[in-house]
Amino acid sequence: MGVLIFLVLFIAASIPLSWSFRAGLARVLPRHMKSAARDMPLTAAFGIMVIAVYILVAIFAPLLAPFPERAVVGTQFQPWDSTHLLGTDRLGRDMLSRLIYGARNTVGIAFATTALAFLVGSLLGILAALRGGWLDQGLSRFVDALMAIPSLIFALLLLTIFGTSVLTLILVIAAVDATRVYRIARSVGEGIVVMDYIEAARLRGEGNWYLIRREILPNALAPLVAEFGLRFCFVFLTISSLSFLGLGIQPPTADWGSMVRDNATLITFGNVTPLLPAGAIALLTVAVNFVVDWQLYRASGLKEQVG
Amino acid sequence: MTGEVLLEIRDLHIEGRAGDDWLPIIEGVDLTLRKGEVLGLIGESGAGKSTLGLAAMGFARDGCRISRGEIRFDGIDLRKAPETQKRRLRGQRIAYVAQSAAASFNPAHKLIDQYCEVPVLKGIARKTAAAEAVTLYRKMQLPAPEEIGFRYPHQVSGGQLQRAMTAMAMACHPDLIIFDEPTTALDVTTQIEVLAAIRDIVRDYDTAAIYITHDLAVVAQMADRIKILLRGCEVEEADTRSMLAAPRADYTKSLWAVRSFARPETPAPAGPPLLSVQGVTAGYGKADILHDVSFDIHPGRTLAVVGESGSGKSTVARVITGLLPPRAGAVLLEGQALPPDYRARTRDQLRQCQMIYQMADTALNPKLRLRELIGRPAQMYLGLQGRKLRERVRELLDLIELEPDSFIDRLPSELSGGQKQRIGIARALAAEPKLIICDEVTSALDQIVQEGILRLLDRLQRELGLAYMFITHDLATVRAIADDVVVMQHGRIVEQGPKPRVFAPPHEPYTELLLSSVPQMDPDWLTNLLKARA
Repeated sequence: MGVLIFLVLFIAASIPLSWSFRAGLARVLPRHMKSAARDMPLTAAFGIMVIAVYILVAIFAPLLAPFPERAVVGTQFQPWDSTHLLGTDRLGRDMLSRLIYGARNTVGIAFATTALAFLVGSLLGILAALRGGWLDQGLSRFVDALMAIPSLIFALLLLTIFGTSVLTLILVIAAVDATRVYRIARSVGEGIVVMDYIEAARLRGEGNWYLIRREILPNALAPLVAEFGLRFCFVFLTISSLSFLGLGIQPPTADWGSMVRDNATLITFGNVTPLLPAGAIALLTVAVNFVVDWQLYRASGLKEQVG
Repeated sequence: MTGEVLLEIRDLHIEGRAGDDWLPIIEGVDLTLRKGEVLGLIGESGAGKSTLGLAAMGFARDGCRISRGEIRFDGIDLRKAPETQKRRLRGQRIAYVAQSAAASFNPAHKLIDQYCEVPVLKGIARKTAAAEAVTLYRKMQLPAPEEIGFRYPHQVSGGQLQRAMTAMAMACHPDLIIFDEPTTALDVTTQIEVLAAIRDIVRDYDTAAIYITHDLAVVAQMADRIKILLRGCEVEEADTRSMLAAPRADYTKSLWAVRSFARPETPAPAGPPLLSVQGVTAGYGKADILHDVSFDIHPGRTLAVVGESGSGKSTVARVITGLLPPRAGAVLLEGQALPPDYRARTRDQLRQCQMIYQMADTALNPKLRLRELIGRPAQMYLGLQGRKLRERVRELLDLIELEPDSFIDRLPSELSGGQKQRIGIARALAAEPKLIICDEVTSALDQIVQEGILRLLDRLQRELGLAYMFITHDLATVRAIADDVVVMQHGRIVEQGPKPRVFAPPHEPYTELLLSSVPQMDPDWLTNLLKARA
């Protein structure tokens, strides 16, 4: 019941907040971006607002957190009070501080991983579509082979071989996800490379890099952006599951996935604290997808087709 | 014409959504159609012809709404009728034949299955419907009427598909058929067959029809009366013969005058050819598409390559540009053999020969602004940068008669069809080529816009001394712009030479067929032609 009331209150509060955020954006932004800000739906404004808050929290974590990330500052499982606003965890570390540092670690790593996966996957996918022939065959079959191995097992395997540092974590998850991005980029690219403007550019004597960068990528952006939103959430979950298995972000680094697991016992006592990191993940997921939906709507030119 | 009024439209207003506003598409058009009468609707694209045609079914496209006026079909008010009643009317009493039959048929079902759908819904037994289909296929003069229904849409030609679609529309003996540009996408020779079939069947079944087109000569064969639309308003309406004989409005007169563009004769070429195609045989896979094709293009002249679809005329362009290396033969540019594959050609060889495409929509990258679209070839081939490049783009926009300041930062989606084609021309010019290959550049455009493009190309040729290779199936265009003509059929050259010689009798049989298939303004032309051919 309490959760329900909280949800209703949260949504009720977020509507005027996003509305004023949008109005503020429209006022602050330079002229050519103003109309985009004014026309964006409330959901997108909400999404941007949430993402902005997450980024700010991640950047200014040391300033915002009342206690250090790793220090034991109290007894185990203290309830919410005025010193420890969200209580303490099973080792006596401050929950709120860890939640704030978690934004930096989890979001940062997930973003870096997704970005890397997209850079590699989409470039190779489009290149394969553009060149065709043996390059396409070789890359595609290699990706097929990688995808035939269950991704979690594959990631576990690589992490055991290369060890568990943040860098290998990013590289391994990016490698696994890049295969999915590759397939999407390739199929989108196949549809674009048969267009006359690609033929025209080829006949002009353009190189591969120009073709990918200026002719194909701008037209493939809409589906790729949509996939980015989804992939970002999946990476989040992968990191959490790897952390759960002890191969993800290593303690004592604060990470939302492992925070849920570590404090899960509290739920049996009717305490909602372990749900907060999970909620933070959920909120970011929703926010990212609101923004992605809006971008998709803008990029797909739905407005122009009407009439 | 006297007879019962079948369709009556009064003071119709239709609006389309543009952002938060509603812009008018049709502004107060009246229309009366009697039983068994054929009305021709003419206008440029964007005039609201199709919207009006759909409104006759009580239908408005997504994003459009009928804001005012009255539509009565056989006494039923279509604006007030419930959706279920309208749905019953559509398909059974009102039918619609779309421009592209290929896009309107479901590729996964056989023709006859798609035919039977509506009759079966109406309660006719499937066997009876199928038998009726064969009768209609025969009436539409489709080959092998008993069997053709069991083919899939991709297994029959475009003209046959268009006729199969008309047969489908006739399935329930509707009172009214709306034809939305049914022959625009077809070759002249195929067009005749479809026109004749449509005309006969409409007469036999005494069906009323609205025939939408932008081709005056076509409508002159089909319609009893003609209505002309301009930007959603009616310009004038009269019966066909008096309209053709004495158009009243200025706009109508300008429509009539379009086909009059012709350039003066040029003297015979002297000196060596710019481009020479010698004994080219080429094809895909095992099949040869071109057989021993040879011709020359001279500097400053226009060579038109004419033929039906499938005659190999676009393949010639692919061989010249190097997209399809030939099996035998060679392409010589100024006496020097060009490497068969474009990837082996030097940048300068690529620059000399530019291409303009049929569909400007797919030939321009929708995400690039005109600044880059036009500027890129100049930047790449001529090494222009910064201010010089900007100046050059402005110069090119001036050359194609578009105002630089308002166009330079636009996206292709912010241009009309004719303007897009002009950008295609500017992009080709930016490379400062000697030869431009124009692949059906006007066939997707309205006649008035077509004429503008042809005049522009003609002016550019005189000013810049360009040579054109003009691939087309439209002989009116050839008459207007060509110096030399190559007639192709089944991958072979049937006839070639200077235009006056090719177009003067005696003709090769195939040239004769092509020439006689071009619709004339005379409303008796089709009747006479069919009589003569019979």
